[in-house]
Amino acid sequence: MTSTTSSSARVATLASRTPRRGGSAVRATRVLRQFGVVPGLLVFAALTSLPVLVVVLGAFSPESEVLSWPPNFIPSRFTLENFDGLTARVPVLLQSWNSLVFAGVVTASALVLNSLAAYALARIEFRGRIAIFTVLIAIMMVPFQALLVPIYQMVSALGWVNTLAGLVIPRAADVAGIFLLRQFFITLPRDLDSAARIDGAGELRVFWSIVLPNAKPALLTMALFHFVGNWNDLLWPLIMTSDSSVRPLTAGLALLTGSATGVAPYGVMMAGSLVAIVPLVVLYLIVQRRFIEGVAMTGMKG
Amino acid sequence: MTSTTAGPTYRAPRRLGGGGPRPDNSRQIASRERGRTLRATAFLIPALAVIVAFVLIPAILALRLSFTDASGFGEASWIGLDNYVSVFSDPATVRAIVNTMLYAAMYGPLVIAVGLGAALLLNRKDVPLRGFFRTIIFLPFVISMAVASLAWGFLLDPNLGLIPYWLGGLGIRMGDVFASTTWALPAVTAVAIWKSFGYFMVIFLAGLQGIPRYLYEAAILDGAGAWRQFRAVTLPGLRSTMTFVIVFAIIGAFQAFDQIYIMTQGGPDRATETIVYRIYTDGFRDFRMGFASALSYVLLAITLLLGLIQLRVGTKREKDLE
Repeated sequence: MTSTTSSSARVATLASRTPRRGGSAVRATRVLRQFGVVPGLLVFAALTSLPVLVVVLGAFSPESEVLSWPPNFIPSRFTLENFDGLTARVPVLLQSWNSLVFAGVVTASALVLNSLAAYALARIEFRGRIAIFTVLIAIMMVPFQALLVPIYQMVSALGWVNTLAGLVIPRAADVAGIFLLRQFFITLPRDLDSAARIDGAGELRVFWSIVLPNAKPALLTMALFHFVGNWNDLLWPLIMTSDSSVRPLTAGLALLTGSATGVAPYGVMMAGSLVAIVPLVVLYLIVQRRFIEGVAMTGMKG
Repeated sequence: MTSTTAGPTYRAPRRLGGGGPRPDNSRQIASRERGRTLRATAFLIPALAVIVAFVLIPAILALRLSFTDASGFGEASWIGLDNYVSVFSDPATVRAIVNTMLYAAMYGPLVIAVGLGAALLLNRKDVPLRGFFRTIIFLPFVISMAVASLAWGFLLDPNLGLIPYWLGGLGIRMGDVFASTTWALPAVTAVAIWKSFGYFMVIFLAGLQGIPRYLYEAAILDGAGAWRQFRAVTLPGLRSTMTFVIVFAIIGAFQAFDQIYIMTQGGPDRATETIVYRIYTDGFRDFRMGFASALSYVLLAITLLLGLIQLRVGTKREKDLE
């Protein structure tokens, strides 16, 4: 947007040069370029998916083949023994459930609390809303890593270490989520609320049956980001839990790397990794359009 | 959509004093305003309570802690600026700060270059299987850094990994990158780049879509080649995307932790220790919570500074537009 004027000026300077018309040579290079793009993309895609393929194949491959040299990428036989090794070391089902509950509850509460706050900031004209919004934007810059020590002390003083409350409540609402929703809510036409208010709807009715149904893309985007971010988070659950029966999976698996004597049990780690990524990969493949549009949405605000 | 049913004649006044048909008296205005403030407060309180309790108060507590020798046990005593003096005089801590900056200096430009490269390839309408490629390239975004670290650690293992094996086939001998003080930091950076370049690609794709086609057509008409089109049309067209992305990438780089915790534990010889890794080890392994809080405030200051730069550039851009 901003730069169209300056770039069109530059194009104008280009135009003053002698114009050339594309001949057969140009067409040849265009065809060449078009075919050059595909190998480039194939390299990108292959390198990108290589670690994921290694996890999937390694998880079903006998440990002896995982540890062989030269490496065999595709195992000679498929086995589930790595999963037996995994369940012997880590309560993987329980920790998957912990991850689901942790990420799910954070997401649900963020959906409720953030959208309520975003509604007030976007649609109610009250005194002080600009002040509150400005303070929130300043807070948004604060990285949570910088607050780990005092948050841990607070959670510990409340007796919430190793509990769902300790994992979830400090994250029950967040400024980035409020900001994303608020930016979306202000774009909805005002006439929608006015019409409902004429019909006697109160604030909560307008919020629930007018604003929320019209903000589904933003709500879904926020929910996906929160779910994925918390499911995958390592540092937070590592600090807030020490008991392996309440630990989410990501933090539980991280301890596998330290538990091995000598050579790390790679096959077992691949099996654990597979368990950790399958739910999100499936979710991603189902709603990937929403994911990708959501990322574009977060990029727009700059 | 539904607004058509209301019709313009029945529209409620947007703001008080907006010249509605019946004049409000001042008491009514005041009571209505109070009502709105009350309702807004009710909507805001749950979220604000969480944010005050778990962001604002901890920020103040961290500042207080940073002036003490708190260990997490027993009484802490006030030691003034000692922790901050140690942060900037202890060679190991300075090294962690320098490592973080080196990490950011590698991560920022590379993740942007690779993301932009992928976006340029995928933005061409004539490319077959665009959807497929986009799906694959964005996939690492949903893979946890912990899993990515395990997978890359395996792929790069000099005794087991495919990458040393393939490079060996090309006649390149690769040692253990994670045992090398030179290569360990670039290696943990590379994992982060792998994980997030798809994210930047998507943001760039959105930016590229905003560049009007006629600019390219005009440039082609003038005989501009691919490189010249990129310099004269694409890059200027992406300027606003670029400022967002650069600051975003650098702020993210200053929070590096996961892959270091899993792949190198800060080693070898502290070569991959970063600020957040030190906050974790000082605060939660060595129980130097006062010192970790001082380091936290250094991180906070760097992040706020970067955020301010972004805000500055952003507002300047808006002014340029007017």
